[in-house]
Amino acid sequence: MSDDIQSTIKDFILREFLPGEDPDELTHSTPLVSGGILDSIATIKLVLFLEERFGIKLQAHEADAEHLDTLAAIAQLVHSKRA
Amino acid sequence: MTSQRVLHELFMQAAAHYPDHTAIIEPNKGNITYRDLAALSDRVRDRLSARGVQRGDRVGICLRKSIDAVATIYGILKAGAAYVPVDPGAPPARNAYIMHNCAVAIVVIERRFEEKFRAEFTLLGKLPMMLVLDDTGGGLPLAHALDEADTREPAPALPAVVPGQDSLAYILYTSGSTGKPKGVMLSHENAVSFVDWCSEVLEPRCGDRFSSHAPLHFDLSILDLHVALKHGASIVLIGEDIGKDPTRLASLIAEERITCWYSAPSILSLLAQIGNLSTFDYASLRLVLFAGEVFPVKHLRVLTELLPKPRYFNLYGPTETNVCTFYEVHLPVPEERTAPFPIGKVCSHLASKVIDGNGAVVKQGADGELCISGSGVMQGYWHLPEQTSGAWLTGQDGCRWYKTGDIVVEQPDGNYVYLGRRDRMVKRRGYRVELGEIEASLYGHESIREVAVISEPDEDAGIKIKAFLSCREARRPSVIEMKRYCAAHLPLYMVPDQFLWCEALPKTSTDKVDYQRLKEIC
Repeated sequence: MSDDIQSTIKDFILREFLPGEDPDELTHSTPLVSGGILDSIATIKLVLFLEERFGIKLQAHEADAEHLDTLAAIAQLVHSKRA
Repeated sequence: MTSQRVLHELFMQAAAHYPDHTAIIEPNKGNITYRDLAALSDRVRDRLSARGVQRGDRVGICLRKSIDAVATIYGILKAGAAYVPVDPGAPPARNAYIMHNCAVAIVVIERRFEEKFRAEFTLLGKLPMMLVLDDTGGGLPLAHALDEADTREPAPALPAVVPGQDSLAYILYTSGSTGKPKGVMLSHENAVSFVDWCSEVLEPRCGDRFSSHAPLHFDLSILDLHVALKHGASIVLIGEDIGKDPTRLASLIAEERITCWYSAPSILSLLAQIGNLSTFDYASLRLVLFAGEVFPVKHLRVLTELLPKPRYFNLYGPTETNVCTFYEVHLPVPEERTAPFPIGKVCSHLASKVIDGNGAVVKQGADGELCISGSGVMQGYWHLPEQTSGAWLTGQDGCRWYKTGDIVVEQPDGNYVYLGRRDRMVKRRGYRVELGEIEASLYGHESIREVAVISEPDEDAGIKIKAFLSCREARRPSVIEMKRYCAAHLPLYMVPDQFLWCEALPKTSTDKVDYQRLKEIC
């Protein structure tokens, strides 16, 4: 289940923020915020996507580098919200 | 308009008139009155003077926006020095370059940024003195750092220095086309004449509550801080985390009863789209000011329909002049309008003209470069005499005109309409971005043989930045690697959206990169 979540998020990030990238390059531990892939506007887009796609509500303090910096962290956050 | 005052005197006079008014509100951290802010900034002045800071020196600030940072600004000005604010979140190498470039006498810095800053600065030269704060928030960390310094060595109380009007008040670094940021030098006269113009047009009152959304290294902060604190008004500091979150921001503006909002259009667009503005009470809001980039009309229309009460002003101007033209948007925004609103008419403390490529004034209705003269125009670029002299056009009367690089046309009603740039500078999220600086940074990557960076309009993002690259090796770095590299060397707003690889970049007949062809490839 968590793998499905992660691959859905991975597809979104590749499509929206990494056009042209080899999907194998984006791993579960690639730094997204500190690595310059998600800036402030991209982070808002990602949060809106997560809320709509997974039917969850993120708190403001969760929309930060600590919770969103890797695919694994995002999937974990979504998973915990749906549990 | 000529003023005989210096910037910090405006605040000192207000502090004498309104000592018990709240000067700054830092949500969840604390408030400070005019009296206490004056006293705290006096202590900064005395500490800086005790450390040898003198009239004409520069003092760096690497602090998150806070009461501590604002008190530091006024302390620096009272010591007769110019403040040099940097973005604490920017790469430390960039901040070290800036502080080294303008030879700061001392840096006021938070401990969390200190180690990396020291390491980077040491590569450039001898470290300046440091005043290190354990944290920022509410003014207490600053007071604590001053207390500690006092126990080691007292700092005798001194009167505020009153520098000449031509003395520098601050230096703001903007993106530089040669690959390094450049320091725009603004004097007290430049700043005070701008603040006085704001007083004339915005009619601030002591009951006003100004938002401070822009970071301190961004020229929008000059209006937020110095206009509000001239009039006995309160400033509500918007932290970086809330400032980027439209839903939290929407409730904060209502809860804090903001009366004057000023920001780049990008955050206002987001507020209009996803801020749920209709669920809050914005009865206090009387002014919405925006600047820094073009506001897409479709988003402005939504915003003004949701918030029809305030007056809306489009403020235009480069860091070199601060705001130099302005336009009030009259509501409602017509349904059929798609063209952005004009940048308006020149401010009363300045003069304007539009010139052709030979420096001759064009007729009304013809395209040309906007030039500005007057008391608000910068002194020049720090230690860049060639770029400084290249920025001016000297008229036959000896008057110096700053060439903005912006192409405009004057409408029959006298309002200017912005058409585009004459060079390769673009605006992103309100920040100036020299595409050449991104190229210079990418050339530092060991795998890159050639690079060309272009921008193209984007309805949602304003502009998109694309980097075309050719590689020295068969294996090309991944997009992720390139983004990471850029994020380590440039502010995040300068990281390209796309990286496109070519065997070799297209060239013109004179063997220069053919930017026109690259735009066609997109």
